[in-house]
Amino acid sequence: MKKLVGIVLLSVLSFTMIFAQSGQVEIFSWWTGGGEEEALLATIQDFNELYPNIQVINATVAGGAGTNAKAVLKTRMLGGNPPDTFQVHAGWELTDTYVLPGLMEPLTNYLKSWGVYDKFPEGLIDIVSYQGEVYSIPLTVHRSNVVFYNKKLFNEIGLTKEPETWNEFINALEKAKAAGYTPLAMGDKNKWEAGQIAENLMVAEFGAVNYNKLFNGELSFNDKRLDNALEKMVQLMNYVNVDHAALEWQDASRLLYEDKAVFNLMGDWAEGYFKTLGWIPGEDFGWFELPGTQAVFVLISDTFGLPKNAPNRENALILLEYLASTRAQSLFNPIKGSIPARMDADPGDDPYLIQTAEDFKTLIISPSIVHGSAAPEAFVTSFNDAINNLVTTKNVKQAKQMILWAAEDVNLLTD
Amino acid sequence: MSVQKKKARAGFFIILPSLAFIGIFVYYFIFLTIRTSTSNWNSFTSLLSGEYKFVGLRNYQRLFNDPRFQTDLWNTLFFTLFFLAGCIILGIFLANIIDKKLRGSSFFQNLFLFPMAISYVVTGTVWGWIFAPGNIPTSPQGINLLLENLGWSNLQWMWYTSTQSIGKFNLALIPVIIAATWQMSGYVMAMYLAGLRAIPEEMIEAAQVDGATGTQLFWRIKFPMLRPITLSAMIVIGHMSLKIFDLIYAMTGSGPNNVTDMPAIYMFEQMFRSNRYAIASAIAIIMLIMVAAVIIPYLYSSFRGER
Repeated sequence: MKKLVGIVLLSVLSFTMIFAQSGQVEIFSWWTGGGEEEALLATIQDFNELYPNIQVINATVAGGAGTNAKAVLKTRMLGGNPPDTFQVHAGWELTDTYVLPGLMEPLTNYLKSWGVYDKFPEGLIDIVSYQGEVYSIPLTVHRSNVVFYNKKLFNEIGLTKEPETWNEFINALEKAKAAGYTPLAMGDKNKWEAGQIAENLMVAEFGAVNYNKLFNGELSFNDKRLDNALEKMVQLMNYVNVDHAALEWQDASRLLYEDKAVFNLMGDWAEGYFKTLGWIPGEDFGWFELPGTQAVFVLISDTFGLPKNAPNRENALILLEYLASTRAQSLFNPIKGSIPARMDADPGDDPYLIQTAEDFKTLIISPSIVHGSAAPEAFVTSFNDAINNLVTTKNVKQAKQMILWAAEDVNLLTD
Repeated sequence: MSVQKKKARAGFFIILPSLAFIGIFVYYFIFLTIRTSTSNWNSFTSLLSGEYKFVGLRNYQRLFNDPRFQTDLWNTLFFTLFFLAGCIILGIFLANIIDKKLRGSSFFQNLFLFPMAISYVVTGTVWGWIFAPGNIPTSPQGINLLLENLGWSNLQWMWYTSTQSIGKFNLALIPVIIAATWQMSGYVMAMYLAGLRAIPEEMIEAAQVDGATGTQLFWRIKFPMLRPITLSAMIVIGHMSLKIFDLIYAMTGSGPNNVTDMPAIYMFEQMFRSNRYAIASAIAIIMLIMVAAVIIPYLYSSFRGER
C-alpha cells in the first residue's frame, strides 16, 4: 500500500515537474523601443532555447518611463488578473503599490536557494527589500548622477579637465555660455527630468548616507541642505536652453550630438541613445559624476516580481531564476545599454559600462526619487510638481514648502 | 389588451436591456465614483483593504486649496471660452463661403472636415512640433523659424512654454486653442452648412427682392435661423473642451508650472501615478458637474420643445 502511494505520489510529482516545464509564462514590461525591445526579444529567445516547451507571452505596453504600462498593470492587479511577472523599478514603486497591500510573494528564500542572494550589492538588496524580505529580482542597473559632455565642444571652449567641484562645474558652464553654446541641455516636458537633476543636487548636498536617511524617517526634510540643493537648481537654470519645457530628454541629449550644447545631466540611458546616434563613447562624448556625488551611485533598477496568484507560478519561478542568472544578465544589459545588477555578470565591452559596473560594486548606492525607488509614487508626483514650480518661478521657499507637504502626505516628514 | 398597450409593452421590453446596462455602467458607476471621492482611499493599501471610511468633502476641500487644481479650473474656463468662440466664428465663416457654391467648394468642404478624422494625439504631436519654440534667438524652430525667415524675428515667442499670463489667462494656452480650433472648426462648419442649406430658397429670394444687402441677409435672416445649430455646436464643443485630455497631453504635457494643465490630466496623474483614488474621483466628479452644467439646460430645453 505504502509502495502504491509512493508510486502515485512520485508520478504526480514527476507529472507536475514535466508540467512545470511546459505551458506558458507571461512577462509584462514597457520595453517597446530602441535597444530595450531588442534586448528583451533576445533574452526571450535565449530563454526559449533553454526551455523550448515554455511559451513566453511578451506583454508590453508602450509609453515613456512606463506611465501607460503602470496604469494597465494596476488595473490588471486590481482585477485579479496579474501577469506571471512584471517589470517594476526597484523600491517603493513596488513596495507602496503592491507589497503593502499584500499582493506580492517574497522571494528571499528562492534567491538563497538559487545561490544568488549575495551576488547583488547590499545597497541594492536593501532597496528591493521590505521588512527583511526581497520582493523583486533586479535585472538592470542605470546610474543617474552622470554628466555627459560633447568632447569636441569641451575642448573648443578651452576646458582641459573634467569639473570635480561645484565651482569648477559652474566655471565650465560659464565658459560654454561665453562661447555661445547652450551650457546644459535640459528637456523637462515630462517633469521628471528636472526632478532628476534636483534629486542629484540633493544627493550632492546631503551626501549619500543622509540622503538615504531622508527616506527611512531618520532625517527630516525640513533641513537647510534641502534649501541649498534647491538654490543650486535655480543657479543651474541660468545655463539651460530656454525651450527646455518643450523638449523631452532625447531632444535635449540630441543637442549635444548636434554640437549645440556642451553638458547634459541625464541617466545613462542617454549613453545608449548617443550610441544609437552613432557616437563612440570616450571619443565623441565623455562623462563625469555630478560634482559632489563622486562617491555615490544614484540607482535606477528594473526588477521583476512575483505576484500572488500568478496563473503560471511554476513557470514564473523558472523565468525569474533565469533572469537572475549571469547568462541572462550578461545577454540583456549590453543590448539595452545598462549594466547587470549582478556584480559577477559581464558588462560587455563598452568603456562607459565597464567603468560604471566597477563603480557599482564599490560605491554607496542611493535610490532615485523620480524613478520610484526612494519614496511612494504619491510623493514623486508632488516632488516633480514642486521642482517644476521651482524651475519656472525660481521661488525656493515655495518649492521647499511643496516638498514638505508632499513628505507629510506620505508620512515621511518626521518633525 | 389594446394594440396600443401591447405595442408600449413590447417597446418597454425592447429597451429594457439597454436601460439595465445604462443603469449599471453609467449611473451605478457615477455613484461608485462619488462614493470613492468621499473615502479615504488615497493609496493602494487603503483601497484594497476594502474598508470604506467616509471623510465627507475633505478630498474636495483639499483640491480647491491646491494651487495646481485652481490653475486647472482657470485653464479650463479660458480654453473653453476661446475654443468655443474660435470654432463657432470660423465655422460660420467657412460655411458661408462654401455655401456660395463657388468652383471647388466641395473640395474645400472635405478639406476643412478632414482634421476631425485625425486623432487628437496626432494633432497634438504635429502642432507640438509647429509651435515648439526652439532655443530662441539662436536656433529657432517651427513657426519661430518661419518668422525669422520672413524677417519678423521680433514676433518670435515661447508659445506653449511661455509662462506669461494676462490676469488668470495663461498665454501658453493660445497655441493649444489654435490646434484645437483647427481640429474642430471643420465639424462646426459642416453643422452650419447643413443649417444654411435648410433655409428655404424662397425666404432668401423674398429678402433679396425687398432689397436686403448681403450683410443684412446674414444677420437678419440666416443667423437667427441658425440659432439651434449654434446651441448644438456649443454643447458638442463645450463638453469636449471641459474634458479635454489627449490633445494637450500629447502637445504640451502640463507645461511649465502647469500653464497648460487641465483637470483631466491632473486626474490621470493622481489616479494612475500617485494612487490617490479618492482625489482622482473627486476631480472626476467636478468634471462631471461642469459637463452637466452645460448639457442639462440643453436637454431640458429640447425636452420642453418636444412637448
